[in-house]
Amino acid sequence: MAWVNAIIQGLLTGGLYALFATGLSLLFGVMKVVNLAHGDLAIVAGYIGVGVIAISHLPVLWSIPVVVAAMAVLGYVLQRSVIQAAISRGELITLIVTFGLSIIIENGLQQFFTANSRGLGVGDSFITASFSIGSQITVAWFNLAVFVVAVVVLVGLQQYLSYAKYGRLIRAVADDREAAQLSGADYRHVFGIAAAIAFGTVAIAGMADGMVTTISPTLGTDTILLFAFCAVVIGGLGSLWGTLVGGIVLGVAQAIGAQVNPSYETLAGYAVFLLVLVIRPQGLVSQGAEL
Amino acid sequence: MTENATASPRSEDLPLKVTRSRRNVAWSGLGALIVIGVLFAFPYYVGPGTTGILIQGLIILTLASMWNLLAGYAGLVSVGQQAFLGLGAYFVLIPAMHGISPWAGLFIATAGAAVCALPLWWLVARLRLGYFAIATWVLASVVMLIIEQISSIGGGTGEPLPGLVGYDGAVLTADTYWAALTIAVLAIGGVYFLLRSRVGLMLTAIRDDEQAARSSGVRVGLARLLVFVVAAAGCGAAGGVLAIQQLGVTPGTSGGVFSVQWTAEMAFAVIIGGIGTIEGPIVGTVVYMVLQQTLQSYNVWYLISLGIVAIAIALFARRGLWGTLDERFNIRLFPVGYHLWAPGERRGRRRAHPVS
Repeated sequence: MAWVNAIIQGLLTGGLYALFATGLSLLFGVMKVVNLAHGDLAIVAGYIGVGVIAISHLPVLWSIPVVVAAMAVLGYVLQRSVIQAAISRGELITLIVTFGLSIIIENGLQQFFTANSRGLGVGDSFITASFSIGSQITVAWFNLAVFVVAVVVLVGLQQYLSYAKYGRLIRAVADDREAAQLSGADYRHVFGIAAAIAFGTVAIAGMADGMVTTISPTLGTDTILLFAFCAVVIGGLGSLWGTLVGGIVLGVAQAIGAQVNPSYETLAGYAVFLLVLVIRPQGLVSQGAEL
Repeated sequence: MTENATASPRSEDLPLKVTRSRRNVAWSGLGALIVIGVLFAFPYYVGPGTTGILIQGLIILTLASMWNLLAGYAGLVSVGQQAFLGLGAYFVLIPAMHGISPWAGLFIATAGAAVCALPLWWLVARLRLGYFAIATWVLASVVMLIIEQISSIGGGTGEPLPGLVGYDGAVLTADTYWAALTIAVLAIGGVYFLLRSRVGLMLTAIRDDEQAARSSGVRVGLARLLVFVVAAAGCGAAGGVLAIQQLGVTPGTSGGVFSVQWTAEMAFAVIIGGIGTIEGPIVGTVVYMVLQQTLQSYNVWYLISLGIVAIAIALFARRGLWGTLDERFNIRLFPVGYHLWAPGERRGRRRAHPVS
């Protein structure tokens, strides 16, 4: 029964990892940018949440839309300025610039908020409320809600990219920038919109992480970026469904590892990642995308 | 190598020459020997405090040279070099716990890190650029997590380095400095001669056009593997010196040997100095040391300002300080490419950009 419980908890954590990975997957899919500052941006979102709640005294749930909006604006601005400048100078420069942003953000957060970890909405009853299945399995409502949000975000994004006017424009630009430009699309603006969406999902992920566990300045690189990347690779590049599957596989692997020995939690997740990398580099949900 | 040696002369009668440099390299070789000699004498006339700071600089210099080889010449943007730094530190610590001198351990660290690089390369060999970057980062994390499981070498808390008790403090600092300087000189010299060899030619061919290089018989995978192993060995040696300097090994990602800040420091030093030049890491390390020493009382600000400077240089002067100087005045102390030049013609100065 303990194993079933571990798998269920891992599944729910996997939803959070899929949320982490959404923005990374989207930015790579649309503009072939591997954003090394991805995890730190999620942490920035968490700290914006801390600030918004402290200033406005909004309940934590109501602060989420504010943070998402703020991060979306930040995403658009950052994309149109620094990231776009980096993309036009090549992939090496893009990596250096996002890595630089990551280091600046992480150390800046440590400077201003200390290395202590913080929780969002600590003590709110809806975060701790749970229900039981049988006698040994307890599921927190909030973790379930995060999982549902992850599914809704990923499905919604998939639908948006397939059917909405702007979503299709994003795919067009991703497919062939020159052709899209000849048809009148301003690819810079489209990239900006894609970045705004990606940062929006990052904001949800950061807020959710702060509510499920805690946030601290070093968490962005130590876990979020690496877990997000593992989820993307396990699931398969260029597929949002793959990202969801990857997140869940990673979460379950970690939960099973932790069940064997608590110190194996992270290692077990990485072991599955390396296994996929060696045996099935195109990911579990293959779209035939090249690495 | 930063030149294309393929420009065809417009007229046959122009005397074309292909040389390594537009100036005589013998002078910079002699200059390098003098500089090395002066640096070796340093511990005799500066205090142990200054020597300690210089050791730190030499560690960064070694690391930066290795990262420059990886990213600047082989297109391998690794964010996981802290794995090899940490392994090197442990390869000094573990033999020392069994009675082997830490100085001898430096050889073990170099060889051990190189050997460990082989299976790790096999895992990431297929990946390119961004995916290679994060995958190496994950690997560094995996190496750290595995080492932290082994409680006999300190687990997650680390272990002091035995085998150096009874050493006089100043003598130990001086010896560490000489070891660090030797390793840095070997690292820079090694990169220089590697790039002037056939491997350097292969790497240039790969950088310019991987497909074309492959079809002309360049063994692309082998060349990259060689670079990855050499860089691992260099970072391992630097990690060994770090273990001796700190008289112990601390694992962990914040402040420990497996901190990604090590890779940040080496990468930023390379970008600031000039990626794809031998001199770049040297210039970058000097900038790094100046920033670090002036801002060290402000905690993390030196790393933040280093990051800002690196981003600014990456965006606005992508060839770095040395590359910009070279572009303007055509100075190259350690030429690894070729110049094609017809006296009086500007075409000889034409050069491609480093990896992009």
